[in-house]
Amino acid sequence: MNLSIKNKKTSEAVTGYLFISPWLIIFTIFSIVSLAYAIYLSFTSYNLLKPPQWWGLEGYLRVFDDDLFLKKALPNTFKYVLIVVPLQTALSLVLAFAMDQKLRFQRIFRTLFYLPSVTSSVVISLIFIWIFAPQGIFNQITRLSVNWLDNPRTAFYVIMGMNIFTTSGTLMLIFLAGLQDISPSIYEASQIDGANPIQTFFYITIPMIRPVIFFVVTVGIIGCFQVFDQIFVMTAGGPLDSTTTVTYLIYKWAFRDTTIKMGQASALAVVLTFIILAITILQRRVIEGSGSSAES
Amino acid sequence: MSSISSASSSRVIEWPVVVGRVRRVIFYAILIFWTLLSIAPLYFTLVFSLKPVVDAYTPPIWWPVPFTFANYQTILETFDLFPRWVVNSINISVIVTLLRVLFCAMAGYSFARIEFPFKKIIFNVLLVSMMMPGVVTLIPSFLIIGPGLIRGGISLGQLTLPTGFNLIDSPWGVILPGVADAFGVFMMTQFYKSFPKELEEAAMMDGSGRWGTFFRIVLPISQTQLLTLGLLTFQGAWNNFMWPLLVLRSPEFFTLPIGLQWFRGEYYTLYSVVLAGSLFNTLPMLIIFFVFQRYFIRSIASTGSKEG
Repeated sequence: MNLSIKNKKTSEAVTGYLFISPWLIIFTIFSIVSLAYAIYLSFTSYNLLKPPQWWGLEGYLRVFDDDLFLKKALPNTFKYVLIVVPLQTALSLVLAFAMDQKLRFQRIFRTLFYLPSVTSSVVISLIFIWIFAPQGIFNQITRLSVNWLDNPRTAFYVIMGMNIFTTSGTLMLIFLAGLQDISPSIYEASQIDGANPIQTFFYITIPMIRPVIFFVVTVGIIGCFQVFDQIFVMTAGGPLDSTTTVTYLIYKWAFRDTTIKMGQASALAVVLTFIILAITILQRRVIEGSGSSAES
Repeated sequence: MSSISSASSSRVIEWPVVVGRVRRVIFYAILIFWTLLSIAPLYFTLVFSLKPVVDAYTPPIWWPVPFTFANYQTILETFDLFPRWVVNSINISVIVTLLRVLFCAMAGYSFARIEFPFKKIIFNVLLVSMMMPGVVTLIPSFLIIGPGLIRGGISLGQLTLPTGFNLIDSPWGVILPGVADAFGVFMMTQFYKSFPKELEEAAMMDGSGRWGTFFRIVLPISQTQLLTLGLLTFQGAWNNFMWPLLVLRSPEFFTLPIGLQWFRGEYYTLYSVVLAGSLFNTLPMLIIFFVFQRYFIRSIASTGSKEG
């Protein structure tokens, strides 16, 4: 009796492992081993030709002594996050709020709003290169003659605008789902109390969907810190490094430069990971903090 | 406050009518403006893909005059790489989707239903790994797919254990890292945890083993959830850029996004061909979106509600 129960338990455990094994093996290789090896590589010098050479903190010191990182990639990335995350969050929230007003044609609007998010990052980048070309549609419509993507003062803003535009569809759907979860009786109660639409938005809607806002901001921060595709396709980090971001720099050091610097690139990847984790935790505190003070 | 409420018996009735109408107009204006903006890039792409290649920057911009199918002819007849890229993209995206959905469903079911040692620890590692930005594993993943973490492998006497798959420039190099991730398993685990057990238990009583129950009962009844994860996966694989860019080297193995970017570099004067080609990437996704809209919206909404 006892033995059969034990056997049954063992066979359950074996089955359990068999079920997770295809996932577990691949996940272990590409996430766990990869992460451990990235940390190891960050303490080495590695150019693909010779085996990695241990050099301690040298890779990190070189990262923090690199002008392209300190003067371009790092400030550019922070600028990108600080501009894109608030704007895409606010824009998609406003769109979702407008969508949630029980207006007609809601489904058609919702479908069409999602179009830019269906388009792949490469395709939308290729289209924007052409729209913002010197003789492109944008200059034709606005009668300007700016070389948007070849000008260090404008190129980055075109990329930012494009990404705010393309992410809004997805984020709007996330907000809309959150808004539709709010019970109509809460809105009715606020109307009876005499709240106007703007008060309703700030005192009812925003506090009710705070968890969704936290999620959208978190996803936004993690995504924006790793922006790559659009920069690779549209400007390759130029003009004059004005669009070089940290992730693009990691790619450049590890795969594109004439002398490959995989160790140093790994050190930068580890630094970026810590920056992202720190800022995610910080913004969680800020959003939760502002929540508790509004409720009291 | 009291002065407002005393005067408010008329206001309560008033604002839904007057303010309500103004408000409606404002909201419609916002929605229509953003709709036009959302359609614009796709519309202009379509218009100029139907204009001669020399007119890539020539007005009129609102309709295709002069009209021609020449760019599509170029894609289908002159550059036979385009159809190849479409086929490569379909193959890779379909295989990634099928394998990822299967592996995630199996693992999610196991985490939700079966007791096995170290389950908690493994699941916690999974949760923590969801916080890791993808870029940190980029370089080691490339080494694992390619030349190996340790060049020449680990030698064990006679045997040499390779540390890399040697899959650079192979579609399998693109597929392999995409089929097992933390988020998909997390999503399926949460789903099966909230799913009633009765049907499975009845099947197990009738003598079906775990495997029979899983493939005959569990997978069919969770098809909505599988479709949701599948659509999310397909879109990701279909549009993926950074990873295939690192793995694929020869034009005949390119996926469509890599091919389009490469073609733009090689033939930058043929921008109308790039635009026509880009529609081969956008339109299939658009059709899938229209057909499965409900599930798409569900899948996106569900990514948000996991925190909420």
